[in-house]
Amino acid sequence: MAATASMMQSFGPNLSAQNDLVPDWTRTEVSTGTTIMAVEYDGGVVIGADSRTTTGAYIANRVTDKLTPIHDRIFCCRSGSAADTQAIADVVAYQLGFHSIELDEPPLVETAAHLFKASCYRYREELTAGILVAGWDRRRGGQVYCVPIGGMLVRQPVSVGGSGSTYIYGFMDSNYKPSMSKEQCLELTATALTLAMERDGSSGGVVRLASISEDGVERRVILGNQLPKISTH
Amino acid sequence: LSEKNEPEWLSEEVKTGTTILAIEFDGGVVLGSDSRVSAGASVVNRVMNKLSQLHDKIYCALSGSAADAQTIAEVVNYQLDVHSMEIGEDPQVRSAATLVRNISYKYKEELSAHLIVAGWDRRKGGQVYATLNGLLTRQPFAVGGSGSSYVYGFVDAEYRKGMSKEECQKFVVSTLSLAMNRDGSSGGVAYLVTIDEHCTEEKVILGNDLPTFYDQ
Repeated sequence: MAATASMMQSFGPNLSAQNDLVPDWTRTEVSTGTTIMAVEYDGGVVIGADSRTTTGAYIANRVTDKLTPIHDRIFCCRSGSAADTQAIADVVAYQLGFHSIELDEPPLVETAAHLFKASCYRYREELTAGILVAGWDRRRGGQVYCVPIGGMLVRQPVSVGGSGSTYIYGFMDSNYKPSMSKEQCLELTATALTLAMERDGSSGGVVRLASISEDGVERRVILGNQLPKISTH
Repeated sequence: LSEKNEPEWLSEEVKTGTTILAIEFDGGVVLGSDSRVSAGASVVNRVMNKLSQLHDKIYCALSGSAADAQTIAEVVNYQLDVHSMEIGEDPQVRSAATLVRNISYKYKEELSAHLIVAGWDRRKGGQVYATLNGLLTRQPFAVGGSGSSYVYGFVDAEYRKGMSKEECQKFVVSTLSLAMNRDGSSGGVAYLVTIDEHCTEEKVILGNDLPTFYDQ
């Protein structure tokens, strides 16, 4: 390797981004590159996520759990900066727990979603967080709320998020039908996540799924070799 | 009076935002494209045909900068005409793709266009070549343009080896429709070109005849 003039610079804060002597993962923020997805069905929701956390090109955690419980029947799927989303989820879980005790009944998914929106919107300049809030409550059944970067809030029957989501919009639009069963939703989510993980470098690892209904939360993991096989050249 | 009062489309570069794709079947190829050309947020042409003919049975699909893509197609059209006269027969699809690749690679710093070349020739039947950034690779199908990101999952899931001509056409139309629904830079009508040994068929599918999905 030829030592060029540019590599003779002193070490320390002046290190250029191209310098190979210091790996870029010591300087890059930890991000959940990610693909996340949430689908409503009659009686509950199905949520799913990949399991890769990256710092630059290094995979800091290949078995991350991006499906975070906020309350007994309410989960959130996190994408964007790992630190930001963990911090927001902690704050919302605290606020929601307190609110639920005051109310003396399980909180509404809509309430959780609005709490997320409040934090994401107020601190929108400082945060990089794209969150899907999904759960079940007695008033409205299964619900999915999307709180993307910027802090908007919208309810959707099916939603995807994270860097890998761009690749599966077409698949989701063509394969989702209203009134699917829980099994169909699980299959749709697993296939969609697999497709995204094939194409997005920041998504990968295993597929984590959870289904939330009146009866509770059922979690499962699909390991790499058990993922649905896609027929590609 | 400040300069900022002029409409932005006077100063923005004209791009074919685009979704393009080409797929081969046993005996030919199907190419498809949307029809939107944008300059910033303005749509300057909503009915542009981005499937450009390079020779009788060889077409290319344009994406990226409209000027760059059109110019490459015109130059290669000329070069292919000369070449086919020199060899005295119809040119191979690979030759056309190579000519496109040579320009894309030599001028890769100056140009920003991606052309997918597809066609039929006697030696190898239907072929699709991708020439992104100056590479040359033959693929069973290729997608390109800004709208292609949204349909990678769909095409990966839906593609099967050994599809018939009609299945390929349906595949192309569905893919274009899905991409046009999600990509702001793609839209308008869908253009389809089907090339096989016997004929080259050009078709337009208007907006309201495109397949619709659950939220429309």
